[in-house]
Amino acid sequence: MSELRFSGVTVRFGTRTRGLTAVDGVDLTVASGSVVGLVGESGSGKSTLARAAVGLTPMVSGRILLDGRPVRAPWRAGPHRVQMVFQDPYSSLDPRMTVGASIAEAIPRAIVRNGVTRRSEVARLLGLVDLDPDRADQYPAELSGGQRQRVAIARALAARPDVLIADEVTSALDVSVQGTVLNVVRDLRHRIRLSMLFISHNLAVVRYVSDVIAVMYLGRIVEVGPADDVLLDPQHPYTRELLAAAPRPGATPLGPPPGDPALRRVADAEPADPHHPREGCRFHPRCPVGPLVRPERGVCREREPATAEHRHRAACHFALPASHEDSHAPSDEGGSGAPTPAH
Amino acid sequence: MRAKRGSTWVRALRTPVGATGAALLVVVFLLAALAPVLWSAQASAVDTSQILRGSSSAHRLGTDSLGRDILYRLLVGTRLSVTLALGATAIGVGAGLVLGTTPMWLGARLGRIVGAAVNIAVAFPGLLLALFFAAVFGIGATGAVLAIGFAIAPGFARLTQTLVARVAGLDYIAAARIAGVGRGRVLIRHVLPNIGEPLVVNATIVAGNALLALAGLSFLGLGVQAPAYDWGRLLAESLNSIYINPSAAFATGLAVVVAGLAFNLFGEAVARGLGLRTPSAAVVSDRGRRTPRAPAPARADGAPDREPALLAVEGLCVSFPGPRGATTPVRDVGLSMRRGASVGIVGESGSGKSLTALAIAGLIEEPGRVDADRLEFLGADLRGDRVRAHRHLLGTSFAMVFQDPLASFNPTMRVGRQLAEVAEEHLGLRRAPAWARAVDRLRAVRLPGAERRARQFPHELSGGMRQRAMIGMGLMGTPALIVADEPTTALDVTVQRQVLRLLESIRATEHVAILLISHDITVVSHVCERVLVMYAGRVVEDLPTVDLPRCRHPYTRALLAAVPDLATDRSRPLTVIPGRPIDPSEYPVGCAFAPRCPLADEHCRHVDPALVADGHGRRVACWHADATPAERVGDPN
Repeated sequence: MSELRFSGVTVRFGTRTRGLTAVDGVDLTVASGSVVGLVGESGSGKSTLARAAVGLTPMVSGRILLDGRPVRAPWRAGPHRVQMVFQDPYSSLDPRMTVGASIAEAIPRAIVRNGVTRRSEVARLLGLVDLDPDRADQYPAELSGGQRQRVAIARALAARPDVLIADEVTSALDVSVQGTVLNVVRDLRHRIRLSMLFISHNLAVVRYVSDVIAVMYLGRIVEVGPADDVLLDPQHPYTRELLAAAPRPGATPLGPPPGDPALRRVADAEPADPHHPREGCRFHPRCPVGPLVRPERGVCREREPATAEHRHRAACHFALPASHEDSHAPSDEGGSGAPTPAH
Repeated sequence: MRAKRGSTWVRALRTPVGATGAALLVVVFLLAALAPVLWSAQASAVDTSQILRGSSSAHRLGTDSLGRDILYRLLVGTRLSVTLALGATAIGVGAGLVLGTTPMWLGARLGRIVGAAVNIAVAFPGLLLALFFAAVFGIGATGAVLAIGFAIAPGFARLTQTLVARVAGLDYIAAARIAGVGRGRVLIRHVLPNIGEPLVVNATIVAGNALLALAGLSFLGLGVQAPAYDWGRLLAESLNSIYINPSAAFATGLAVVVAGLAFNLFGEAVARGLGLRTPSAAVVSDRGRRTPRAPAPARADGAPDREPALLAVEGLCVSFPGPRGATTPVRDVGLSMRRGASVGIVGESGSGKSLTALAIAGLIEEPGRVDADRLEFLGADLRGDRVRAHRHLLGTSFAMVFQDPLASFNPTMRVGRQLAEVAEEHLGLRRAPAWARAVDRLRAVRLPGAERRARQFPHELSGGMRQRAMIGMGLMGTPALIVADEPTTALDVTVQRQVLRLLESIRATEHVAILLISHDITVVSHVCERVLVMYAGRVVEDLPTVDLPRCRHPYTRALLAAVPDLATDRSRPLTVIPGRPIDPSEYPVGCAFAPRCPLADEHCRHVDPALVADGHGRRVACWHADATPAERVGDPN
């Protein structure tokens, strides 16, 4: 039961002149027992944010607090309460170690001292991810991608974390086994009430497991709110674009290209280059309701939108004001996504 | 895993080089162990009556200046030579490991400093370094061993550094760090076991070189001092009397060379063994073997085609020789396409969908082989060697788009130039008009700033732009068919939509047929009118996209249900397909999907269902295709 809070987190790579700000002043709260889904395209900085949360990537400024205390850096002794599951289950397990040994390694000594044998703890953890305890003696090469990814989840759980960070855990898997991993993630929520930051580029996958959805674009969170609110009433044009591209039964999202040439240009625009962020709103070169389509909206080129006064803290000058939101989401002082149970 | 590793070493020893190296090495070690025990008395027996004699029956290699038998001295000297070489190697490897792994246990910054120092040391010639250290440590066996050891260290450290850097970037190291595993344990448990093999191989070769170098130092008088003797000293002594007794110098030199060679050959053989992936012998023995095939099913597409087919494929098989006999990852695939049609092939990885596309394009390389009852494109037969005769046709009328557009472009050529080349080659255009057409085609695929982009190199374009440029390259001729193999898998969802839309609009405006291959059934259903579902190398269902909700094969239903969409019920678990995709080398007798199928019974496990048409333009290969929804176990809907 703990809360992970990012405040003003900024991560830069490279030198001052040729550098790149991968994460730019992100405020986000993963409330106790909730699953926050983070969506965005590649290069939006979502994986960098995840690696910063477990201390693999140093921050330039900002803080990441677990129940008010800074997250412990790797190599430090003691329990590591934030754990992470990586995207590629083929590189995240040591090929020379049995599955059981990989999991056992992450079990804290304090647990083993309390009379629990490593073997029984490994069996329990494998059970949590729906794997047969006999798998403990197998090598990763003998498992399918989905099974490996579940082993990786079991290893992350071995450290008895309070917060789990899942970074694109399904994107390296075949669609047919993606479901097994998503079911495990969904089950864990109910079984051990884990707080989780679930990162994916696929909005439909994020929707399936998350209570809160945060949308990231070029290092910034551009919209955050309870999952149903964000999906039913998206405020940021980028969220709307993601929604339009997501699969949905029956309706084909592949309508004809827009007739209006300005709209068409925007629809064909390329994702922005994080090395050269644009002045003003960073989404404006791709925005279908921005200055390229509606010339009177010059403000988008000049000023970065403030987020606080908009619904879902949307980083858009033309999002609805926050006052509408009062009935929807509880406002905490950071305004960040407090969880509303989705069902 | 362990058994596999053991077999690599055994396989290395079975090669002639490996066997020779290993045998020599055994001889050298036996001598080193036994010779001093057996013959040290004879080797040190002084016989003043027999000083500096040549070879005779009593003394095969003659005698030295004190009348001692050189052959026995040579044999007994093996132990000191080998011991010193191993000692120097141990020092070199130990120091190299410590220096090479500094980034792991000292952190990145100190590691960089050590790395820089190592790089400078590597730049010095090894022998120079050894002579320098020999002068520092003083003359004698200990000095020589230390000198050679430290001369070896930088090279070994450099190798270790490189290997560690490769492994340290992998996620399992990061995962161990996050789990709170200490640096030392990460190094010992995760890093060293995964870089061990190349290091061991290198150490073997290093030992051989150390043996030679130590002999050299002793020869120069910088190494072993009297009364002790090793091969280097013996060589120096026998060289003085080379005109009286040439065989002594020759035999000693030979001993040094043979022992050095033993280490090096052994190391080489093991190194090559580790690099081996598929034994080439197996490939040769399987070549030419025809794989048994199921008979081609009757073609029945419902309504007969009036218009001649653009692409007609029947009974397509792709097979590869393997260590355990040939495998056939594509079995008896049939499809036909008309102009302007859009057909999608879906399946898991390993289902044979990409190989089908490559086979149609004539891109299956040796030793793979393609068999087909019919493989026609625009009426031209593309089977076997005939594909070469139709290169021009393929060049102008056929386009292929791959998953990774960066790998499909030449990184050193400008994008526009590569497009223009197609027009010069196949349309016979001159340079300027070809360039103009390239820019025009880039505009046709709506590449923003086409003229500027044409002058850029592939790496300067984003993934989506490269994919469009790739499609643009396909449009340089007047294509009748574009085969797109996972064209959007590497792209973001929003960019994916742009590319799919582009393909769709090209199909509509230029009347080009599109064969889209994807693992994602939703992608295919957005673009294509018709969907072919492949499993284990076969088409298991073929139906119009609009009929997908009424699909009849349990695999198709499971694929549809396994992907969450924006309407998936979040309170229920997702449908999953139990088990794992089947490997082409272990196809069963019956239905390949039976082990994962909720409807499978004994009949399914023994008899493979044929792909049969139902008279409504749909084909399905399942014994239970007509089961009513109520009977369908595990149906999510």
